[in-house]
Amino acid sequence: MDKTAQKVWNQAHQQANSGRRTVTIDPITRLEGHGKIEIFLNDQGNVDRAYLQIPELRGFEVFSQGRPAEDMPQITSRICGVCPTAHHMAAAKALDDLYGVKCHPVGRKIRELVYNAFMLEDHALHVYVLGGPDFIVGPDAPKEMRNIVGVIGKVGLDVGKRVISMRRRIREIINYAGGKVIHPVMGLPGGVAKGISASELPKFKEIAKDGLEFAKFTLQVFHDIVLRNDAYVKLITSDTFTHKTYYMGLVDKNNKVNFYDGDVRVVTPEGKEYAKFPIQKYLEHISEHVEPWSYIKFPFLKKVGWNGFVEGGSSGVYAVAPMARLNAADGMATPEAQKAYEEYFKVLGGKPVHHTLANHWARVVEMLQAAERIVELVNDPELTGKEFRTIPTKTPKIGVGVVEAPRGTLIHQYETDENGLIRRANLIVATLNNSARIAMSVDKAAKGLIKGGKVDDGLLNMVEMAFRAYDPCFGCATHTLPGEMPMIVTLRDMKGGVIREIRR
Amino acid sequence: MPDKPKVAFYWCASCGGCEEAVVDLAEDILTVVGAVDIVLWPVAMDFKKADIEARPDKSIVAAFINGAVRTSEQEEWVRMLRKKSQVVVSFGACANSGGIPALANQSRKEDILKYVYEDCPGVDNPDKTRPRIKCEDEGHTLTLPELRSMVRSLDQVIDVDYYLPGCPPTPKLIMAAVQALLSGKLPPKGTVLSPDIALCEECKRKDSKPADLALTEFKRPHQIQIDPEKCLLAQGIVCMGPATRGGCEALCPGGNMACTGCFGPTSRVKDQGAKFVSSVFSNIAPKEEKDIDAVLDGIPDPIGTFYRYGLSKCLLRRKLN
Ligand code: SF4
Ligand code: SF4
Repeated sequence: MDKTAQKVWNQAHQQANSGRRTVTIDPITRLEGHGKIEIFLNDQGNVDRAYLQIPELRGFEVFSQGRPAEDMPQITSRICGVCPTAHHMAAAKALDDLYGVKCHPVGRKIRELVYNAFMLEDHALHVYVLGGPDFIVGPDAPKEMRNIVGVIGKVGLDVGKRVISMRRRIREIINYAGGKVIHPVMGLPGGVAKGISASELPKFKEIAKDGLEFAKFTLQVFHDIVLRNDAYVKLITSDTFTHKTYYMGLVDKNNKVNFYDGDVRVVTPEGKEYAKFPIQKYLEHISEHVEPWSYIKFPFLKKVGWNGFVEGGSSGVYAVAPMARLNAADGMATPEAQKAYEEYFKVLGGKPVHHTLANHWARVVEMLQAAERIVELVNDPELTGKEFRTIPTKTPKIGVGVVEAPRGTLIHQYETDENGLIRRANLIVATLNNSARIAMSVDKAAKGLIKGGKVDDGLLNMVEMAFRAYDPCFGCATHTLPGEMPMIVTLRDMKGGVIREIRR
Repeated sequence: MPDKPKVAFYWCASCGGCEEAVVDLAEDILTVVGAVDIVLWPVAMDFKKADIEARPDKSIVAAFINGAVRTSEQEEWVRMLRKKSQVVVSFGACANSGGIPALANQSRKEDILKYVYEDCPGVDNPDKTRPRIKCEDEGHTLTLPELRSMVRSLDQVIDVDYYLPGCPPTPKLIMAAVQALLSGKLPPKGTVLSPDIALCEECKRKDSKPADLALTEFKRPHQIQIDPEKCLLAQGIVCMGPATRGGCEALCPGGNMACTGCFGPTSRVKDQGAKFVSSVFSNIAPKEEKDIDAVLDGIPDPIGTFYRYGLSKCLLRRKLN
C-alpha cells in the first residue's frame, strides 16, 4: 500500500482510538438505510420485546402510475443506488413478460454478464467492509477494530486496495454495457440497448480472470480467519442467531442456484421442497402483512398464513438472501462454487442451515459462482453478436420479473393499458422478503444478550450482527425514503420511560 | 500543522447512488480523505448529531448534502448543517430539484398510503392497518415519524451555495468540486459546478443532429432498433440533450439510450421542460393542429418525460386533487 493510503488507515485508527467509533475510513463501508430499534425491558430487566422499525415510505408503486412501462428500469433503479442493477434487471425482465417477448439470446448473455459482475462486486463489499468487520475481526474485538481498518489489520494492507481496485474494474463492465454504472440504461423489453464490441473483450477477459482469483482468495481468507477458529464456528451455530424458517430462492432447471433467472423454489424448515413456481404465480404464494409500528410490510407464505413473528413449519415466515438461496437449491451451477457449497453444508451439519451468521459464508460461495459465470460469458463467442434485441410486437397487459438481488429475491410486477402506460405496479424487494425474519433476529438477539437490565456497548454489535448478516438494505425495503441515519437503539422500561438511548 | 479543512457528507431522501458515486472515486478517495478531515459521514463513519451540534458555527468548510427533503428529521439536520458550515453544496438531482422521488408530488399522500397498505396486489390487511405516528403493541408504545406531503429540494429548505448536478454526479465532477473548494478559488454563489453547455455539445452524435429536425413522429425506445451513431432526436426519440446541462459527457447516449435530463438545465434556462418544448417542438414538421397532436401522441407522459428529475422545482410540482 502506498504512503497516502497508509496515512489514511493510520488516521482512521487514531480517530477510532479517540473514543468516537469510526466505522471505517473506507468509503465503501456502509450500513444501508435507516433502522430504529426499540427494546422493552420487563420488571426483571430482561427483554420483553425488541422491535426493529423502518421509519419511512416513498411510494414508487404509486408515482409509477401513468409512466411508460419502458421507463421503469430507470425509474425503479432509483429505489436503491447501491443495488440499481438488480432493480434494473428485474424491471427489464418484467418488460419482457409484459410485452410477451423472449429476450434475444445475445441480449440475455449481456444482461447475465452485467448481472453477475454486479453480484460479485456487491458481495465483495459486504464480505470485506460491512459484514467482515464483525466476522473476520471478530465480535469480541474492541469496537474500534470492528471495521475495515481491523479487517486490513487482520488480512493485510494490500487487501484494502485490492478490494477497491477489483471492485472498480468489475464495475467498468457494468459501466460499459449499461451506459451508467449507477442507474444503468441498458434494459429494454426483448434485450438490451447496446451490444458488446469485440474490441472490449480482451480487457473483460482479464477482469474476469482476476475476478475469479479474487473470489478464490476470499474463500481462503474466510477459511483461515473464520473457520479455523472454533469460537467463531460456535458463534455461527449458537441458538441466539438461529431460526428455523422456510427458505426461498431462484433455481435453474436442475435446481441449481441462479441469480438472473429460473423458478422460485421454497423449502420447509426441514429442507423439503415446499413449492416451486414460475414468478407469474407469486401472488398464489406470497402475501404481505401490515403492522402499525413500521412502514415496512411483512411478506409471508400465503398458504401457511401469518401467525406472527415465530419460527417453525406452521409459521409463514421465510428467508431470502445467500443462506436461503443455498438452502432452497440442490447445488451451485459452477464447479468451484459447488465444491465450496458441499464443504459449507458438511461443516455446518447438513441441509438446511438455519444459522443467520452463515449468510457470510454463503455469500463467499456465491461470489465464486458469479465469478465463474463471468468467465464463462466473456469466453462465449455469442456475447459480441451484432444483434441483441427482439422488438416487441404484442399488446402489453401484465408482466412480472424476478432476479436474485444480492440481498434476496426481488419481484417487479406491472400492469399497463394497451399503450404500455403503468396502471398498477407491485414491487417486492429483497429486504422486504426478509423483514419478518430480520425483526425476529433482532428480538432474539436482544433477548439472548440482555439480562437483569445490564447492557453495554457490546450489545449493539451483537444486535447489529443479528441483522447485518442479511446485508439488509433498509433504504430499499418497502421503497422507504431513507433519512439515512446512524442506528438508534432505545431501551425502555415497562412504563415506556427511556432508560438509555444509544446512537451509532 | 494547521488543521485540515473539515468536511461533512450527509444524505436525506436519497437512493444512496450519490454516496456510491463518492465511493466510485475509487483510488482517488484516498487523496480526498488525506486532504480533509471528514467530521460527518453516516454511511461510513460514526459521528453523531451531538458531535455536529457541539461544533462552533461555520466551523465546517463544506457540507455536501444529497437527497430530497421530505421529513421533519431531515429539515432539522439540514438546518443544523447550514448553521455549522461555511459552504453548503447541494449534491445530485434529488437535492437540486427533487429527483425521481419528487414524482411523488403528483400523488396525494393519502393515495400513496392507501395503495401501499390496502390496494397493492398481495396485501393481506383486512383490518386496514396503517403505520401510525404512535401506536400500542402488546402494551408497548411505539412511534414513527410523519411524512411531509411534499418532496422538496434542498434550497427550498435552506440557503444553498453550490450545486453539483446529476443522478448521480460523476466522480470526475465530484473530484473537481472538492479541488475547487480546497483551493479556495470559489466561483460565485449559486454556481452549478458543471460545464454550462447543453449536453448535445458533449454528445458523440452531435454532428448527425440536423439544424432542422423536421419531426414527423416520436417513437418510444422499445419500438425501434436504435441506431448507435445517429442523433437520437433525428431518429424520433425524445432525447433531453438540448435542454440539459452537460458534464456527464453524454453517458446515456453512449449507452445507446436517450438522455432523460438528470443534469438539469443550463444557467440560461429556468424551466427544463419548457426549454425542451420551445426548442424541440418548433421543429415539428406538420403545421395543422390535429397533425401536431398526432405527433405529440408519441410522448404519452410529458410530465414524467420533461420533468423526470425536476418536479420539486417546476411550476407543475403539485397535484391538488
Ligand atoms: S439530442 Fe441527444 S442524441 Fe442528439 S446530439 Fe443531443 S444529446 Fe446527442
Ligand atoms: S445523458 Fe442525461 S440522463 Fe444520462 S447521465 Fe447525462 S444528463 Fe443524466
